[in-house]
Amino acid sequence: MKTYLMVAALAAMSATAFPACAQQKLVPAQSEIAFSSKQMGVPVDGKFKKFDAQVAFDPKKPEASKIGFTIDLASVSIGSSETEAEVAKPDWFNTKSFPQATFQSSGVKATGPGKFEVAGTLAIKGASQNVVVPVTVAQAGGTTTATGAFGIKRLDFKIGDGDWKDTSMVANEVQVKFKLNLTGVPPL
Amino acid sequence: MNTTAQRYSPFAMLLHWVLALAIIGSFSMGVYMSDLPFSPQRLKLYNWHKWAGVTILALSALRLLWRLTHKPPADIPMPGWQRSAAHGTHMLLYVLFFAVPLVGWAYSSAAGFPIVWFGVLPLPSFVPVDKELAEAIKPWHGYLAFAMAALVLMHVAAALKHQLIDRDGLLSRMWPTGR
Repeated sequence: MKTYLMVAALAAMSATAFPACAQQKLVPAQSEIAFSSKQMGVPVDGKFKKFDAQVAFDPKKPEASKIGFTIDLASVSIGSSETEAEVAKPDWFNTKSFPQATFQSSGVKATGPGKFEVAGTLAIKGASQNVVVPVTVAQAGGTTTATGAFGIKRLDFKIGDGDWKDTSMVANEVQVKFKLNLTGVPPL
Repeated sequence: MNTTAQRYSPFAMLLHWVLALAIIGSFSMGVYMSDLPFSPQRLKLYNWHKWAGVTILALSALRLLWRLTHKPPADIPMPGWQRSAAHGTHMLLYVLFFAVPLVGWAYSSAAGFPIVWFGVLPLPSFVPVDKELAEAIKPWHGYLAFAMAALVLMHVAAALKHQLIDRDGLLSRMWPTGR
């Protein structure tokens, strides 16, 4: 009985003492990772339907935060079904060999009230690039919403290889936009 | 006899021949590109085809305005049914000059690929992005284009008949150098 109480007390203590370690969870149904590029001047928008995050984020101690993402590239939704079949191929995402894209943060810092900068490594199709992502964080109820956008160059990741390298056909610049709803994040 | 009144105005002739070339070119491109495998080449042709279609639409609007504000030359003597057939064909062609590009534009919009004219001017989408709607619209662009092709063949055959069989000088009304 004594040990029981002690374990319970310890558990309660750790939960309050290390709120950042409390389970933080992504709410996928309320989250969105989308991207936009241009083909011959025509904006083409797409999004990923399946992704997950491992988040340990304390707005009061951003530098101690760890944010990781995995995105199922085969879950892409873009234009026509013909386009979707095409982007799975080796010249594009090559989803057979590289099913997932990942992001792992290396540092988080606050840049203003509710504003953060997340630096980290984005890995797609076997290539890694350092990116710095500005994120705006808002909280309502028990939900924390993080939104942001950043640009990448598709050729850095060999997305659209071979005949598709021509950036006058498909622009090199790809804008990535996200809205992520999280539960369990400590208050701002 | 006033010879100029028997011929179309130079501007009407210019529009007729420029559009004839543009429409035949765009139609051929459309037939060719729809069978191509997914490739940059195909993407390029699709965009060029869309740009050509919008250009044809704009020039057709200009042509219709010109036609409505400028009297065409009077009919030359011919049997009544031929006159009706000629006028009917011309009217249907005018309808299709608008219908074919507009339906193509609607398809492109519904498919989620808005048209950016010559890669510079984004055009509005007048139908919502909807895959099912896009699939429903798609065949009509083709049906209407082939209907136009049939009418164009009739139009050309009739002009050749007047030129080679009737030898009534009808073609000179639209032929830039006259006879």
